[in-house]
Amino acid sequence: MNVERLLRILLLSDYNTRVVVFGTVALGIAGGVIGVFLLLRRRALLADAVSHAALPGVAIAFLVLVGLGQSGRNLPVLMIGALVSGLIGMGCVIVVNRYTRLSEDAALGIVLSVFFGFGVALLGIIQKMRGAAAAGLDSFIYGKTASMIRSDALLIGVVAVVVLIGTTLLFKELRLITFDPDFAAGDGWPVGTLDVTLMALVVIVTVIGLQSVGIILVIALLIIPPAAARFWTESLRLMAVISGLIGALGGYLGTAISGMAPRLPAGAVIVTVMGAAFTVSFLVGSERGLVRVLVDNLALRQRVLNQNLLRALYECEETGCTDSADGQMHYLSTARGWSAPQLRRWIRRATRQGMLTLGKNGCWDFTDHGRREATRVTRNHRLWEIYLLEHADVAPAHVDQGADFIEHVLGDTLVAELEDVLADRDALPASPHSLLPASEARTS
Amino acid sequence: MSVDTSAARPSPAAGDASVSRSDTALRVADLTVAYQRKPVLWDVDLAVPAGVVAGIVGPNGAGKSTLIKAVLDLVPHASGLVEVFGKPYRKQRSLVGYVPQRESVDWDYPISALELVEMGLYRKIGWLKPVTRAYRTQALAALEEVGMADFANRQISRLSGGQQQRIFLARALVQDAAVYFMDEPFAGVDAATEKAIMGILQRLREQQKTVFVVHHDLETVREYFDYLIMMNMRVVAAGRVADVFTPENLRRTYGGRLTLLDRAVDAIGGIRQ
Repeated sequence: MNVERLLRILLLSDYNTRVVVFGTVALGIAGGVIGVFLLLRRRALLADAVSHAALPGVAIAFLVLVGLGQSGRNLPVLMIGALVSGLIGMGCVIVVNRYTRLSEDAALGIVLSVFFGFGVALLGIIQKMRGAAAAGLDSFIYGKTASMIRSDALLIGVVAVVVLIGTTLLFKELRLITFDPDFAAGDGWPVGTLDVTLMALVVIVTVIGLQSVGIILVIALLIIPPAAARFWTESLRLMAVISGLIGALGGYLGTAISGMAPRLPAGAVIVTVMGAAFTVSFLVGSERGLVRVLVDNLALRQRVLNQNLLRALYECEETGCTDSADGQMHYLSTARGWSAPQLRRWIRRATRQGMLTLGKNGCWDFTDHGRREATRVTRNHRLWEIYLLEHADVAPAHVDQGADFIEHVLGDTLVAELEDVLADRDALPASPHSLLPASEARTS
Repeated sequence: MSVDTSAARPSPAAGDASVSRSDTALRVADLTVAYQRKPVLWDVDLAVPAGVVAGIVGPNGAGKSTLIKAVLDLVPHASGLVEVFGKPYRKQRSLVGYVPQRESVDWDYPISALELVEMGLYRKIGWLKPVTRAYRTQALAALEEVGMADFANRQISRLSGGQQQRIFLARALVQDAAVYFMDEPFAGVDAATEKAIMGILQRLREQQKTVFVVHHDLETVREYFDYLIMMNMRVVAAGRVADVFTPENLRRTYGGRLTLLDRAVDAIGGIRQ
């Protein structure tokens, strides 16, 4: 591993590296930002069909150039060819979708493969016909960042600026049609025109991305960054910013890493870096990441356990078995089938949280704070039980379990409603069922 | 409601002919909608006076939602004319508010309750301009009105079904329309939401707005609505609830599904006596 070389690339010491990195970073930003709206509009695969449909356009543009006696490697002309045939592909998807009973995914699959197959066949003909001069067209399939020159990078930069300005100005309108197109149409917005505007930006980004990332992988620039960004935020604006940053990061690191080894295709490395960013986001994303979800679940479980302990202790007190330490422990462990070590662990935690304290005669007693919390939890539980008994026809033997989970998630509004429904309830109603553990209730 | 008053009232058709055209909030003539050549709505004719809260009832697949969507131009119609206050719908869009079915959107979308309500103000704000503080205050007031102010900044998937329905209503309220179309706002909501929606319907009625509500629960028809459109692919009956909500019309609307209906018909018979 050549550290010096890596540093030279990362610090953009070479002119050529600067050009290529500028281009791929701009492409990453443009794809990441417009991709957010594409993803939310659920049109991601349409962009994939467009990129594949671009290949015959590239080949035909090449043939036309050669037929006119020009050099076939005229990038702007090839891109116009790609744009036209990509749009024709998109039109075919829409036509097949509207005038047949085929579903949209079938229409996408047909158009994507037929256009791509036709393009590959044309490339085969070109290669037989024109040998060395045509070989460069292959780079459209897998992408070839290294061939990017100053004017290419500038073009990408201009497109990125257009995408940023367009999405900023149309932010509100794009949000409206990507969230609720029916409401938007009913409200008088030209949903069709806005859709076309969105798709036009997507197609332009796709076409300028073809050369560097390639037809097969360009879709990744539009899907992976926004999908990764979603794990970090619940705000559309932030999602667009984060998605653009992930796109930029992928472009920068991907280009740098591919520069280390001459045969490493940049497009593939860029997509791999973005894939890594997605994996990290999926795992540790601050809003919807896996770790966050697991931690939330664990916290809920602990809260439930803690509240169950407080209520059991409160009911223990009500039934008068707090006279001796043994009696209390016996009640607590039989009430819910807790083992002694579990019980000790939870009591220790409740003590650390300042809810319980060790009273006289070795019994556990509530602190002031603990008693308030225990009263609240017990009250919620009973309100819910009584509600189930009186309004939902649940048998008394089952209300305890029914109320057991819901009480932990009752919000203030719901509690207030319960109080409304059960208007004549006093501060803390008595339990509607026996508080003694089942085994003892039977004997008594 | 006694039989005498309902008999004294002119029939809906005669009533509409006697008032000036602009007193008719919604006029639909000859509306036919077909999906894949199969008609869903057939020759619908309606003339609904302004200022009523109108229920739209009928069995599943009767085209209730399709009627709303066809009126709002959200589905292509094979033929027909739709007028709002005497002018073609396309020219009157700014007078119309819409509450789609709750299932029609992706509730995982990255947006807060407040931002969703703000969407109802976009038309007033206009192209390309951002949502300013004054508009945000309006949206907050609407959230307050549906009892959802505490949830303004919450992402919408973290709301209950009833709460989601209430912010949909708040979004329609800020549209400040003259005619509202609501697609099953009462479907699957909790008691608090039901109360909130009833309050909103009452307030809209007091403000002389015209409201159309696709509805399923026949038992609450009399309580919620003063006008009723009963349909099953075509309009079976339309008029004041007291005039058209009869066992006879219910049978014609719900056709063979009498087993389901006997109870409701009995209930109505009981009320009518």
